[in-house]
Amino acid sequence: MPKQANTAILQISRNTSGARIVLDTVTKTYPGQPTPAVEAFSMTAEPGELIMFVGPSGCGKTTTMKMINRIIEPTSGSITIDGRDILSLDPNELRRHIGYVIQQIGLFPHMTIAENIAVVPKLLGWSKEKTKERIDELLTTVELNPAEFANRYPKQLSGGQQQRVGVARALAADPPVMLMDEPFGATDPITREKLQAEFLRLQESMGKTIIFVTHDFDEAVRLGDRIAVLSDRSQIEQFDTPANILAAPANEYVASFIGRGAAIKRLVLIPITEAKLGSVSASPGGPITVSLNDSLRDALDALVLTGLPALTVLDRNQKPIGSITVDAISAVLGADIPTLAAPPLGHIDPTTAGA
Amino acid sequence: MAFDAIRDGTPSAREAGLGALKRLTAPLIVLLVLGLLLWWLSTLTLDSIEQRTLNWDYIIARTREHLGLTIVASFLVAVLAIPTGILLSRTTSRPIRATVLGIANIGQATPAVGVIILLAIIWRTGYTTALVALVAYSFLPVLRNTMIGLQQVDESVRESAKGMGMTPNQVLLKIELPLAVPVILAGLRTSLVFTVGVATIATFINAGGLGDMIVNGLKLQRYPVLITGAVLVACIALIIDWIAGLAEDKLRPRGT
Repeated sequence: MPKQANTAILQISRNTSGARIVLDTVTKTYPGQPTPAVEAFSMTAEPGELIMFVGPSGCGKTTTMKMINRIIEPTSGSITIDGRDILSLDPNELRRHIGYVIQQIGLFPHMTIAENIAVVPKLLGWSKEKTKERIDELLTTVELNPAEFANRYPKQLSGGQQQRVGVARALAADPPVMLMDEPFGATDPITREKLQAEFLRLQESMGKTIIFVTHDFDEAVRLGDRIAVLSDRSQIEQFDTPANILAAPANEYVASFIGRGAAIKRLVLIPITEAKLGSVSASPGGPITVSLNDSLRDALDALVLTGLPALTVLDRNQKPIGSITVDAISAVLGADIPTLAAPPLGHIDPTTAGA
Repeated sequence: MAFDAIRDGTPSAREAGLGALKRLTAPLIVLLVLGLLLWWLSTLTLDSIEQRTLNWDYIIARTREHLGLTIVASFLVAVLAIPTGILLSRTTSRPIRATVLGIANIGQATPAVGVIILLAIIWRTGYTTALVALVAYSFLPVLRNTMIGLQQVDESVRESAKGMGMTPNQVLLKIELPLAVPVILAGLRTSLVFTVGVATIATFINAGGLGDMIVNGLKLQRYPVLITGAVLVACIALIIDWIAGLAEDKLRPRGT
């Protein structure tokens, strides 16, 4: 499931359900430590935006996130959600309106899946019927059959299923803000991709304001509307859309964090429709084709795998509508970065592909 | 089976078929041993001293005293040690917790005879003293297990409870305590079995119990009396451990 390149435009249309989070020169200093864990952190998250905090372990990204639901109290600075100063609210009441998902999931082992999801609705005093309805709805949303899973215990679920319950539990009271701390970090690569895809689909429809902490830059590119690349003391090295960060890293640090293969990573963000397709007859045909829903990275992957000069592109009804070549793919990348030199006209040169 | 009481609250294996068999082992052994004891006693010709103790009235009276001491002491321990453990685990001061746990561990290594006799010397003899000594002695394993039971609750579980907006009291009552139940019960079970054994010493300070039979049998060199007393204490310990084990299985939170 490719991520739309024009997320920024999409966001504006879904600004309604999320809340605006503003952090203003937020600092956290632990007693007895000379340097702050988070120093003068300022950022605004627009309603409905999915913001990724990316950085190495110990850079303060999790600390920064946890100050938003006051699991960690800031030493100074202010945090507002929709203009309300959260430091003046009752922390328990505040947390009931902020979804919270952590890497270890933290499902309550002695409660069934339904009871786990019902915790916040119960704290908020929802009626039994409303809670029950919500549980069924949420389990369906995260693709777990309520009849089958509601009365099971966490131990009886796989890691991926537990993580889905974790997300469902955080969504229980439909909070405008979600905080997610490496929620998919502990799952295997295949499960992780699946969870990410489902999560993106979910966010498309919910439009929550989400702060998502990860150390995996590829995950940040895949999911984020905007990415904040953080270094020590939670300093923001760059805060921009994935496409912009990949195309123009602000400094050495960001570039090193992106690592090699920036061009390939960018291809994930671009749907095949962005490329200029050749005629159907230009491709030799064959068993391997790509679909219009795929990203350019999928197309490149298939081209490399088959070694063919061109591949057939199918539309949603599986009808061939054109063909795609490596040239067409690199042409898209070139057009996307006006600051760079003209795209190579011939085949992609491996020495410059990562530029 | 008796060794189960000493382990530290790790959940026992609960394979279905094997479990049922395991559950019946202790009462079967007890019945068998008691049967053998009765049969052996019936083959003996008892002299007048032995007859004075080896009759149902005497045995039932001593057993009642013994059980009374054990159960009252264990009840007091549960009522006192569990709340103390909860309160102590609430303090954020690590030194206090570490000190109490340290004392709890040392306390268990102190010989029970010493405790009971010292108390009798400085206070008085009789039932109350024996009770106080028993409570003091078995207080520690329950206190320790309560604190450890609360401590061992997964940090991520605690954090997500807090992150969902539970108050500290809600976290304690709905999350931490239910999850600590198996460990707390294991502590109670340990202390119950301890108490059955240690209560035999109550005889030295004139507080009755099956210790009377053991000590008299020993002093008067009437081995049938001695052995009957000892076997009865062992059987009571086994049965109490067995009942506590059943309660543990029953009260263990589901899903764990």
